[in-house]
Amino acid sequence: MRDYIVRRLLLLPVIILGVTLMTFLAYRIIPGNAADLTCGIDRDPQCKEKVEELYGLDRAWYVQYGDWLLDAAQGDLGTSLLYRTAVTTELERRIPVTLELLVLTIIIALGIGLPIGILSAIRPSTPADWLSRFMSVLFLSVPSFYLGILMITFGLLWFGWTPPQFGRGYVPFYDDPWINIQQFFFPSLVLALGESAVLMRLTRSSMLEVLRNDYIRTAWAKGLRERSVVWRHALKNAIIPIITVIGLQIGGLLGGAVIIESLYNLNGTGKYVLESILRRDIFVVQTLTMLFAVSYVGANLAVDIAYAWFDPRIRYA
Amino acid sequence: MAQEVALPLQLEEELPERGRRWRRLAHTAHRHPLGVFGVFCVSLLFFCGIFAQVDIFGVSLSIVPYDPLAINRETDVLGTLAAEVDAEDKQLTVVGSSLELGSSFDLETERITVTRLVSEIGDTHTVAVARGSSPTAHAEGVPLKHEAALALAEPSFSHPFGTDHLARDVFSRTIFGARISLLIGLVAVLTGVSTGAMLGVISGYFGKIIDTIIQRGVDILLAFPAVVLLLAIITVVGDEDSAVRRFLASSTPLPDRDFVGIPNFLDVFIVALAIGLAVGVFTTRVVRGAVLSIKENVYVDAARSMGASDARIMWRHIFPNVVALVVILGSVLLPVAILAEATISFLGIGVPLPTPSWGADLSDEKSRTLMLEGYWWPVFFPGFALSLIVLGFNMVGDAFRDLSDPRLRGSGLGGGGRGGGGGGSPL
Repeated sequence: MRDYIVRRLLLLPVIILGVTLMTFLAYRIIPGNAADLTCGIDRDPQCKEKVEELYGLDRAWYVQYGDWLLDAAQGDLGTSLLYRTAVTTELERRIPVTLELLVLTIIIALGIGLPIGILSAIRPSTPADWLSRFMSVLFLSVPSFYLGILMITFGLLWFGWTPPQFGRGYVPFYDDPWINIQQFFFPSLVLALGESAVLMRLTRSSMLEVLRNDYIRTAWAKGLRERSVVWRHALKNAIIPIITVIGLQIGGLLGGAVIIESLYNLNGTGKYVLESILRRDIFVVQTLTMLFAVSYVGANLAVDIAYAWFDPRIRYA
Repeated sequence: MAQEVALPLQLEEELPERGRRWRRLAHTAHRHPLGVFGVFCVSLLFFCGIFAQVDIFGVSLSIVPYDPLAINRETDVLGTLAAEVDAEDKQLTVVGSSLELGSSFDLETERITVTRLVSEIGDTHTVAVARGSSPTAHAEGVPLKHEAALALAEPSFSHPFGTDHLARDVFSRTIFGARISLLIGLVAVLTGVSTGAMLGVISGYFGKIIDTIIQRGVDILLAFPAVVLLLAIITVVGDEDSAVRRFLASSTPLPDRDFVGIPNFLDVFIVALAIGLAVGVFTTRVVRGAVLSIKENVYVDAARSMGASDARIMWRHIFPNVVALVVILGSVLLPVAILAEATISFLGIGVPLPTPSWGADLSDEKSRTLMLEGYWWPVFFPGFALSLIVLGFNMVGDAFRDLSDPRLRGSGLGGGGRGGGGGGSPL
């Protein structure tokens, strides 16, 4: 187990280097660099020279990259070429937004997916089961951005309702929990519906599998109530694959955050990465992809550990 | 993969006579209405994608009632100019007009857009206009031909899905969008799955250093969220001056402009290749896993002891065993690729706008603003088509899973297109 964790942690630097180097080189390939964008369309050579010197864009690529890497190791992630702000200060502001979005999404997805999945597993081939299966395939199919657009539009047209983040900035949870939850509820819900469909299906199949076991029959035979059989005996074993899948979905959810944040105008990391990619703000893209990659690998590692913790029979070689 | 293998045992006895395949098929269809619906949706995608516009052997066939790109060419006479106008005029006085704000029309060679109503006396309207830059006609008493008279028309008999703010027929655009989606999906899946399968076989078969290199590469690419990876690749490769793009434009027979009715074909193709890369990464990982167990089989050892080369073993003994897996992966990844295209086009980086892609139609700034004012149809229908197609694929996948293993009913194993996260679950 320890060997396994160490091996996975050793993979982390490889991935960080690979991801940042790939982003860096990719953006070196594009001829128009950030200096062109800063100096405008006429591309005044003097201005360009000055900007390139200021940000060190005139040096050889490996010097630039090595420099960035050294600074990053010391906690200085560079400066946004466009906003001229330190990437770290931007991140301090934006990470909480994305984090809250994702956490709320997972909570809502579990809140919808688990009960419906369980219900559908303990009452197979009933109308409730059919309905839940239809719901899951429906939620799975409607893209989140389309759902978001429909909610915003018809919310406004039919109920005169606009999402509360429009016209008002992000309100941190500690300042005003109620407004904060209002701001995040709908984006999270939109993102969570697709996620809940995955969980619903998985819960159902996993529960069906577990409910066939002998110890469940024993539990019934002892005369336990259904609640006890389902929640205490069956769910505890059925939940393990569900946890794995949540971990695996982190990458997809981060991608979803890019969409939902730009749709709902939330100033999180997802919107930041989209803007930076469009504007070729190389250091920001590098930092953010690194951040995403680390959280993806970290989440998967955490899942593996949790897996072993939940089910002591599992051993990693 | 035939249905007969798949039927659960007790069902087999209920069946009338053996060998009547169509009856079994009807029976299966009856038991899986959602699967039938799915097959219908998928066929619709292929039908629309192929027949949206066909120009082959001199026969021109089209199920699209209007040109999805062109601003609608139907003209209306809107009224007559009351007085002479020249290049500087920003106000026109029109007799008997029915000009709407935001509508545009032609004054001889110049395009003019109505921005504001200045005054209204009897049936003579004076409107403020925005003018193009071309030298202007001096015109007296010219009837104003209104091209965009049908902009933002509600869904009606002649325009089933209405028209958008440029008076393009939304129905035609939606149908045509199927062709873009289908093309991107097929190109992405074919290129991605074939290269991915090849790398997966090589990686799994040789093991050791080759495996390590390929798998670390896969690790790195999988660590990007799919959407971010696609956005980064497309901004880099799709750039006007990028080497890859220039290579594709000059050294391959790919046309830069129009092809099979698709404008900006090269951009569309680059998007497809980028999605293909993401598909390939995933395929490599899955195929490699399968190869690891296949290569332990005795027949591989037997072949090697008979002196077969590595290439022969891979091609003749290992590859045939992963073909089924590869085909299934391809069919599962097709809706994911379609969804990925729509997602990145929605974010404004995929297919450029005049091309009728569903995702791009959803992202159109102007349409989205107008949607909030009640003109919902230019955005609603492309998104609906996209959802319907993905739903269709998912339902086919579910039905197929039920047929092949009734125990897994509704389990979601094996995936299918994934709408929620916007990137697709495997990607």
